[in-house]
Amino acid sequence: MGIVDLFQQLANGLSLGSLYALIAIGYTMVYGIIRLINFAHGDVMMVGCYLAYFGVLMFRLPWQISWILAVLLTSLLGVSIYIGAYKPLRRAPRISALITAIGVSFFLESLGLVIFGGRPKAFPRPPAFDIGLNIGGVYLVSFTLWIPLITAILLVGLVYLIYKTKIGMAMRSVATDIETTSLMGVDVDKVISFTFAIGSALAAAGGIMWAIKFPQINPYMGIMPGLKAFIAAVFGGIGNIFGAMLGGFLLGMIEILVVAFMPSIAGYRDAIAFGILIVVLLFKPTGLLGEPLKEKV
Amino acid sequence: MLKVENLHVYYGGIHALKGISFEVPEGKIVTLIGANGAGKTTTLRAICGLVDAKGSIKLKGEELIGKPTHEIVQKGIAMVPEGRRVFPNLTVMENLLMGAYYRNDNSIEKDLEWIFNLFPRLQERKWQKAGTLSGGEQQMLALGRALMGRPQLLMMDEPSLGLAPLLVREVFKVIKKINEEGKTILLIEQNARAALKIAHYGYVLETGRIVMEGPGEELLNDDRVRRVYLGEA
Repeated sequence: MGIVDLFQQLANGLSLGSLYALIAIGYTMVYGIIRLINFAHGDVMMVGCYLAYFGVLMFRLPWQISWILAVLLTSLLGVSIYIGAYKPLRRAPRISALITAIGVSFFLESLGLVIFGGRPKAFPRPPAFDIGLNIGGVYLVSFTLWIPLITAILLVGLVYLIYKTKIGMAMRSVATDIETTSLMGVDVDKVISFTFAIGSALAAAGGIMWAIKFPQINPYMGIMPGLKAFIAAVFGGIGNIFGAMLGGFLLGMIEILVVAFMPSIAGYRDAIAFGILIVVLLFKPTGLLGEPLKEKV
Repeated sequence: MLKVENLHVYYGGIHALKGISFEVPEGKIVTLIGANGAGKTTTLRAICGLVDAKGSIKLKGEELIGKPTHEIVQKGIAMVPEGRRVFPNLTVMENLLMGAYYRNDNSIEKDLEWIFNLFPRLQERKWQKAGTLSGGEQQMLALGRALMGRPQLLMMDEPSLGLAPLLVREVFKVIKKINEEGKTILLIEQNARAALKIAHYGYVLETGRIVMEGPGEELLNDDRVRRVYLGEA
């Protein structure tokens, strides 16, 4: 394999990793703030895809408008899921919320099946994302560059939001101590709702770009990317947004490189991802950037 | 300012507060003293809406029972919780801004200056993560954070807990100073002597009931209080 092929694969790994990173952030933010693994997150991503699909093909909106609307509506869906399903369980044992999350996941998949139908649909790829490029012998379709670019912009925005704004400060304080945050006069439920909104918006953005890369959508399309992104979040250290980014990019890269360099085991790419999860949990249960669990003083 | 009447709290099957009543007049320091498990912390948590309670808690005539914590805080009650509970991963500055979170007036800057005046150590460390502060500094930060909300009533749960004796004295000096600047304070302490010394009025709590009350000075000299709570023969 030559250097050109390597670049080709790195570009592919980068775009796949971007998608994992975007989706992983939703898992890690929700976990960080209320210690819940939101198993419905992959399905939220699926809904985002369908919204963008219908925006373009049914309502004849320009793709930019349709994508933005899909992202906004998906963030509303995330907030509704929190208020309807998780908020009533905030003081309940964690296992109840976890089971509820699995329930919400099945609910969204089944609802998707009823409303959208089970037959896969072809997601329309806007022309700007579909240009064949030849950069020094590396053949790429333009979405391979668009995806990391859009992801980078979203991630910079997210970091700014969390570290430089008032609501971001409240998100960080809720993540360490919900009760004391409420003693600051902060409506904690609003902060958590906002977190769900952001996480779901990123999932929708990730989902739409997923559909650009793999342009067939169906109501179960969220399951695998959801699980992989969850692995990425745990790999990087769940609860840590930089961990989710790192984990996402690494997982995407590893997956692509394994397939590229060892085509004979390419069929095991999912098994490899889950294998990584097991190994990480064995040797570093808190993930790459996860801090050791500290007792609250 | 604060009027608590016939306050009951049940924890599971335990009747933690059995109908206590007390008052915190404007501009005064009132203290609740008592042994571990007497119900002091529960009382403060009930006032903040952190535990369900029955009875009546009125702030300037307005009933607080049944309101969510953030609304109660916004009405002007700030709490310095037991164990300080500063946000360790936020900077000192951010902790103070959290205290002013619900305010949207434009004198937050001025209040920051006031806090830094009160606690110069915090100014030196304003960009440091709060988790890296010493226990005494964290106590100052928790107090400063509570004051940033410009509360009408400041409640403090065991501010001297886990501090060296020298720091304890300092903390009580600051509490007294804040009171002299006009803040009403409800103070809870196991360190009964220090609390009664600065308090205008005190209540003695025993297994969920108020068993004695009186001006701080008077309780300090009461035989029973001296024997049971001040450890004197």
